[in-house]
Amino acid sequence: MIWNQYYETMPKDELRKLQLTRLKQLLENVYHRVPFYKMSMDKAGVKPEDIKSLDDLRRLPFTYKQDMRDNYPFGLFAVPQEQVVRIHASSGTTGKPTVVGYTARDVDTWAELMARTMSAAGVGRGDILQNAYGYGLFTGGLGAHYGAEKVGAAVIPISGGNSKKQLMLMKDFGSTAISCTPSYALSLYESAVEEGINISELKLKVGIFGAEPWSESMRQEIESKWQIDATDIYGLSEIIGPGVGYECLEEKRGMHISEDHFIVETIDPKTGEVLPAGEEGELVFTTITKEAIPLIRYRTRDITSLITAPCKCGRSSVRMNKVTGRSDDMLIIRGVNVFPSQIEAIIVNKQELSPHYLLIVDRVDNMDTLEVQIELTEGLMIDTISRLQELSKGVEKEIKDMIGVTCKVRIVEHKTIARSEGKAQRVLDKRKI
Amino acid sequence: MKLQQISVFIENQSGRLFDVTSLLGKNDINIRALSLADTSDFGILRLIVNNPEKAYTILKENEFTVGRTDVIAVEVPDKPGGLAAILGALSKHSINVEYMYAFVERTGDCAIMIFRFDETDKAVEKLTEEGFNLVLGTKIYGI
Repeated sequence: MIWNQYYETMPKDELRKLQLTRLKQLLENVYHRVPFYKMSMDKAGVKPEDIKSLDDLRRLPFTYKQDMRDNYPFGLFAVPQEQVVRIHASSGTTGKPTVVGYTARDVDTWAELMARTMSAAGVGRGDILQNAYGYGLFTGGLGAHYGAEKVGAAVIPISGGNSKKQLMLMKDFGSTAISCTPSYALSLYESAVEEGINISELKLKVGIFGAEPWSESMRQEIESKWQIDATDIYGLSEIIGPGVGYECLEEKRGMHISEDHFIVETIDPKTGEVLPAGEEGELVFTTITKEAIPLIRYRTRDITSLITAPCKCGRSSVRMNKVTGRSDDMLIIRGVNVFPSQIEAIIVNKQELSPHYLLIVDRVDNMDTLEVQIELTEGLMIDTISRLQELSKGVEKEIKDMIGVTCKVRIVEHKTIARSEGKAQRVLDKRKI
Repeated sequence: MKLQQISVFIENQSGRLFDVTSLLGKNDINIRALSLADTSDFGILRLIVNNPEKAYTILKENEFTVGRTDVIAVEVPDKPGGLAAILGALSKHSINVEYMYAFVERTGDCAIMIFRFDETDKAVEKLTEEGFNLVLGTKIYGI
């Protein structure tokens, strides 16, 4: 099912014309309204009127997550605050979150993108979507919610967790679709087996999974266990949230990117040079319709490649392959973005602990686990078990509060974490994705 | 009045306790009293030794996670109610015992208990006032 026949199947040359028109408008707008963009474009010696073709895009400077942090909270907004109707935030690399705002039109655009996503997965009027993405500052829950309502599906806004209740409602309400992280889908299956639920009696037919990297083999596992179609979606709050990329049921190979709203490039993360389509590199997005916080050449840090070949579904848009890695040290744990530096910032404030730590990420029973090993300082400052436990529980709580991920802190002996001569090895990721 | 206890943090791995004790043994350090507190992940070994300064240096040189804590040795009449009398006095003055353990040797008719308090100086003052006998470090290390 194609939600927006006109834009989703627009011939390439028309699409390029539309992109160029929108890009020019965008540049004119941000150059005069956002001091940051005026500054960065002046520094790069480029004016809005210099951009005469889509190829000229590469003359524009990149925008980084750091720029969002430097302009915390509303410095990058291109509209007066009273036009902003929604504010979301994702965890940043240090204490402060990355803030994104939406105008009423942005919320509509987002719903439109998620409506395309839902339709591509076969969800529409008459369907019941169990939305198990988290609601809140995280964009997953509300993004899926608005899109599903737009296509006329009934939404169960159950949010994440509470597997027993999820299963009860799935059975009693007859949910036909579910949206959540792929690892949660597998974990929920285990619970369903434990509860003695007969999968073939459920009405579930499709799952819309994202917010974390997952493999083709995981897709097959989910599809055969749940007896459903499993589709992949891509998004990040900086760009708009979920809805940036979505798979169609016809091919389930590569996520369609709505080029009437975004210009996507892949670049060499080291040199910044634009790569030919098909080559693996870092995804870079320019949002050409967003009002509240438009981003020019935003560095996602996600590594993948683009597919330009036509798709069976008839959509004309470019597709992106699954994300294969990151060009920074960000981890995605149970759908939550985690930077080692965030955890480090918490540890260095504890005088009883040394700054030597190791994050061990694993996947146990389909759920990501995080263990944080931290060395004590050389001189033992604590001689009671209860104080040591208070210390480790305290760090666990701070990590949960600041970053939103549950972990286990294991305090270890001084000098037991391997020292490296170059860049410290802070992460041991044992997950096989 | 205070004496020095050596505290060693050890992860729950086989052989770790052996590592500490054999290192001390090789260096002629005699363990006079000890206690081990543990969880499933780690433990803290607390030691009273004949030469705390040397024990501390050696453990540190060998990269153990080691600390020093002031504790107090108190003579406890070796008869029913002996320990309760001390704990009663502490309770009266609102002094908390973090932990305690027994010393192997005796002095005359008394057993010796090692105490770790939250307020060590106040404990020394009040216990002396109440007429309890505190044992000097120099004496303990040499028993």
